[in-house]
Amino acid sequence: MKRLSYDIVIVGSGAGGGTVAQELSPLCRQGVRIVVLEKGPRLRDDEFTGRELEMAAALYEDGGGFLTADGTMTLAFGSAYGGSTAVYTGTSMLPPERIIRHWNVPGLTHDDLVCRAKKFMAENNVHLIEDGLINQNNRLFVEGCRKLGYDVQQFPVNIKGCRGSSLCNLGCPNQAKQGTDRVQLPRAEQNGVEVVTRCEALRISEKIVTARVAAKPADGKGEPSTWEPGDYQIDAKVMVVCAGAVNTPALLLRSGMGQRLPRVGHGFTTHPAFIMVAEHATPITNFVGHPKSFYLDQFAESERFVLETCMYFPFITAKSMAGFGPPHSGFMRAFPRLQMILVLACDEANSYNRVTVDANGRPVVHYRFMPEAIRGLIRGAITSAKIFFAAGAVRVHMPVARDTTIEARDTDRLEEIAAEAEFKPGKVPVSAAHLQGGCAMGSGPDDSVTDSYGRVHGMPWLYVADASLFPNSLEINPYITIMALADRAAQSIREEASALL
Amino acid sequence: MPLEMDGAVFRAVVSTVVPESVDLDAQGWRDLELVVESLLRERPENLQRQLRFFLRVIQWLPVLRFGRPFTSLNQASRTRVLGYLQNHPIQKVRVGFWGLRTLVLAGYYGRPEAAGSIGYAASPRGWEALG
Repeated sequence: MKRLSYDIVIVGSGAGGGTVAQELSPLCRQGVRIVVLEKGPRLRDDEFTGRELEMAAALYEDGGGFLTADGTMTLAFGSAYGGSTAVYTGTSMLPPERIIRHWNVPGLTHDDLVCRAKKFMAENNVHLIEDGLINQNNRLFVEGCRKLGYDVQQFPVNIKGCRGSSLCNLGCPNQAKQGTDRVQLPRAEQNGVEVVTRCEALRISEKIVTARVAAKPADGKGEPSTWEPGDYQIDAKVMVVCAGAVNTPALLLRSGMGQRLPRVGHGFTTHPAFIMVAEHATPITNFVGHPKSFYLDQFAESERFVLETCMYFPFITAKSMAGFGPPHSGFMRAFPRLQMILVLACDEANSYNRVTVDANGRPVVHYRFMPEAIRGLIRGAITSAKIFFAAGAVRVHMPVARDTTIEARDTDRLEEIAAEAEFKPGKVPVSAAHLQGGCAMGSGPDDSVTDSYGRVHGMPWLYVADASLFPNSLEINPYITIMALADRAAQSIREEASALL
Repeated sequence: MPLEMDGAVFRAVVSTVVPESVDLDAQGWRDLELVVESLLRERPENLQRQLRFFLRVIQWLPVLRFGRPFTSLNQASRTRVLGYLQNHPIQKVRVGFWGLRTLVLAGYYGRPEAAGSIGYAASPRGWEALG
């Protein structure tokens, strides 16, 4: 085993790790040695081809097919330089005041988070896309919502030089999305932070990180790691774990911290989601333009769902629709005429849904769909169908309906269809990309894992800075809030530097 | 190769899940199966065993109802068999079918030719590619 020494080790390079790396990087000028360990690869710009299966294999954990323990939900999260910021759509939302109040974390205020979030929104060029670049998939959503009197909103997004490839979720082929892979990590590296890819943190303990560097697969994308393949023991004074809501709790658990921190892994939420697909009579612009420009959240509190525009790729679209045979492939053949809406349920943290590890230390996500989330998904599906038909769709695919194809003439029967709707886990294709919780902030070890700065209770050398900090669902797209929380962790480390380093 | 033993059953499932697959030529089938096999190679061995077991269940389960194995059934009966598994009261059976269905869809729609055939033409050039 090779042995190395750093002052600060950051595990993960996504919204959390990339932010911490940038915010701590000025310390490098004072001789502080900082390294970021990223499990995934770092791709060259010309390797972002937009081809569905090869990009998913290169940029996502398990190629985008990570399943919950009972196999009823797919969890999509990035595993690459930039983490999930390499594969998100760049939607940049301020944390809602009512949520931060509901979290009730001592020392954490909405004002503080918003102030920090705005700093990163400016840094990442967050703005509203100009009207001329919005495609019909998005326009029809707006049109349908407005006809129904819904309060539709435009997403601020963090893009620069977007050409409208629509391939955001496969890694932008034009480097337009301003994730940590494009902004924070390069700045951190310029300031002297080292980023090591293909390097998985296996275990942590006070002053030691055990990690493994993988060789580049023969047919794989990306650069080889800058470290030789093999096992490493890295001495470190401070560790910041930013491996995401699945891998951060898993790392702490396989490092034997579960007894001391009984809340590790608990409180996992995901915004479980499925797509609704509608067919129009004539082709629309859908696989060109930014795919996620508008959302509807007016039902988040009352009916527990949020709707977002979306547009996916052939395989993911096929997989995300329920059923098979002629009804399924009929929609697929109509691809240039398809409009899509993502229905996200606002799930609540509960005592069952959690992350554990198996005998080999690999993460296992236990997730059961609770009645409130199921109701949210069904209500979201019905509302989506209303929006589609109001926008002129001729038929709609509804994964929870008994007969998944609903014709325009059924518009008056939608509530009846909702009453008959059935949600059978394993039949309805549910996926999630907003993974949250597992190392919640709070008062002490009995109710949480860290304080409001991400400092792990009783371990001043260990911080967490990612979505696992959320004590409950954020109910919006999370990355800006993650960056704000990571900024707090970095501030705390800087303030404690004389004691910690 | 994971599908070697049950290739005929697998192809019968594919043509039931994606009816257009009956138009695939030999190269098309090879491409589809290469996608599936490469996805399976990255999965644990026990998952591959489960898939083989599930394909055998699909092949022989219809004997109880139709007196013939899956590969000997017409399209309507095959659809009924797969629909039964998709809606099965036991969640593990539904999940098993969902996993198989996912592989089939990856194999068929993961091929660039299939994307073209359904009119999907996203390009890194975005709006410029529209002309």
